[in-house]
Amino acid sequence: MNSTLKTAITENPALSPQTSYLEIDQVSKIYQTQTGDYPVFQNVSLTVDEGEFICIIGHSGCGKSTLVGMVSGFTSPSQGEVRLQGEPIVQPGPDRMVVFQNYSLLPWKSAFENVFIAVNVAYPQLSKADKEKIVWEHLEMVGLTEAAQKKPGALSGGMKQRVAIARALSIRPKILVMDEPFGALDAITKEELQEELVKIWDEHQLTVLMITHDIDEALFLADRLVMMTNGPDEQIGEIMEIPFEHPRDRARIMEDPRYYELRNRALDFLYNRFAHDADDA
Amino acid sequence: MGISYRLHPIVFKAFTFIELPPKHYSPGTTPMALSTARLPQFPEIAKSAIEFTKRAAISSIAIAILLLIWQVLCSGKNPALPPPTKVITDTWELIVDPFFDNGGTDVGLFWQLLASLKRVALGFSLSAIVGIAAGVALGSSRLIYIAIDPVFQVLRTVPPLAWLPISLAAMKDNEPAAIFVIFITAIWPILINTAVGVQQVPQDYRNVARVLQLSKLEYFTNIILPSTVPYIFTGLKIGIGLSWLAIIAAEMLIGGVGIGFFIWDAWNSSLISEIIIALVYVGIVGLLLDRTIELIGKLVTSER
Repeated sequence: MNSTLKTAITENPALSPQTSYLEIDQVSKIYQTQTGDYPVFQNVSLTVDEGEFICIIGHSGCGKSTLVGMVSGFTSPSQGEVRLQGEPIVQPGPDRMVVFQNYSLLPWKSAFENVFIAVNVAYPQLSKADKEKIVWEHLEMVGLTEAAQKKPGALSGGMKQRVAIARALSIRPKILVMDEPFGALDAITKEELQEELVKIWDEHQLTVLMITHDIDEALFLADRLVMMTNGPDEQIGEIMEIPFEHPRDRARIMEDPRYYELRNRALDFLYNRFAHDADDA
Repeated sequence: MGISYRLHPIVFKAFTFIELPPKHYSPGTTPMALSTARLPQFPEIAKSAIEFTKRAAISSIAIAILLLIWQVLCSGKNPALPPPTKVITDTWELIVDPFFDNGGTDVGLFWQLLASLKRVALGFSLSAIVGIAAGVALGSSRLIYIAIDPVFQVLRTVPPLAWLPISLAAMKDNEPAAIFVIFITAIWPILINTAVGVQQVPQDYRNVARVLQLSKLEYFTNIILPSTVPYIFTGLKIGIGLSWLAIIAAEMLIGGVGIGFFIWDAWNSSLISEIIIALVYVGIVGLLLDRTIELIGKLVTSER
């Protein structure tokens, strides 16, 4: 879908098209501290097209979560504006459903009920049977039909995150916001979930904004990789186009020589040009 | 299934044994292999049973030793307190017939305890309803909490009996005054624990509610209430204990049928053995009340 290459750097808002799907427009986040203003980032701009899968990568504490929090609406920018389809984002809402790293499932509700509560508020006009049908469809999509009646306490980390993804997708958000969704999972479960996510993305053309720490994950999933410099006052350092065609196949991507080129470029960015200061964890 | 294993480990073992064969069971397994796969479960059931018997035996021995010490200490000439053997012989009629009713306050221990329990049930129920409702309101609003918390912190330290005179003045009658004392004694831990529980609702759940834009009612029933339930039960458990403490003391003063007045009456008639046997009953009932609330709490929250 990204057949036309865009300019890598979208720092300059003049380069971005007038009506983008999601527009992060010159936003700044400045915390007032006793020693004066502490800018997390200033004048960051990014535009995302409908159906695009964007990964954001950067060292800990570089404000990725703050930036993404402005899209989900949990944080508001000190300056600038975030707009979805031209509408400024002022508060959280189901059109920007979030998949949290710690799953955030309600432990007293079964997997089914955890998804149902979302469907129930998103489609108040539907009958109970129709709502339940939607829940089943999405549990099936993430392969959890058999565990539907289990409570989160009886599910593994990977299964919990599947429930969270089903919950998020069930209400058809305009944009899916994921904050290190697979960060707490073991390597194998993580790969499984990445494959499922890319499959769901291929089938449903979602718009996804996802924070990750994992370069390989980003290269496998994303259309564009946004690399952020270190804080304080960090910037979007570089935006890398990831040209692999869909549907994506991990083995085929790994064989592609461009994979290593991109991977080295990202590594170089993170570990040489913007290496993490050891004292600054 | 969560419910049954809370009841007793043995019940749980037996239950899983029937319902959940070990994971490596597959339809193709021969009966021989199946039985060896299940075999390790048996010693565990036995182990639980042995453990339970062992504990019971150790407790019985300890109680026997304590009774023996008591017997020895109180078996001199004219002891201040009767030894256990004398307590039993003196009160044998009360023990064997707890159900007699000779009218007035001359009724069996069952009726005395029942009268006290009725007062506790009424007062405690009122304090639970008001305490939980007020606790939710208090926990939901930071401003109200800051404003009113100091008042509660002072009131909750007031001993139950200190409420009795003012309660009698307000209610003008013994019975409602006793119930009010229970109410005012039990309400503080319920109210404060509920309020803290509401404040402690994890940010994760609040975030889910915000992103889904749950209505106030949906937020309350789906998130606030279930995540506060463990705190509420902590409060109820402390509250029922305090209620039982308070009713005995209150009954001593207000009179009528009730285990508190029974003890006071026995003291006035110098029937020390009757006091001792009543204390044993009071202790057992108190323990049962405590365990009942704990059990209900576990049943309600076992689905986590």
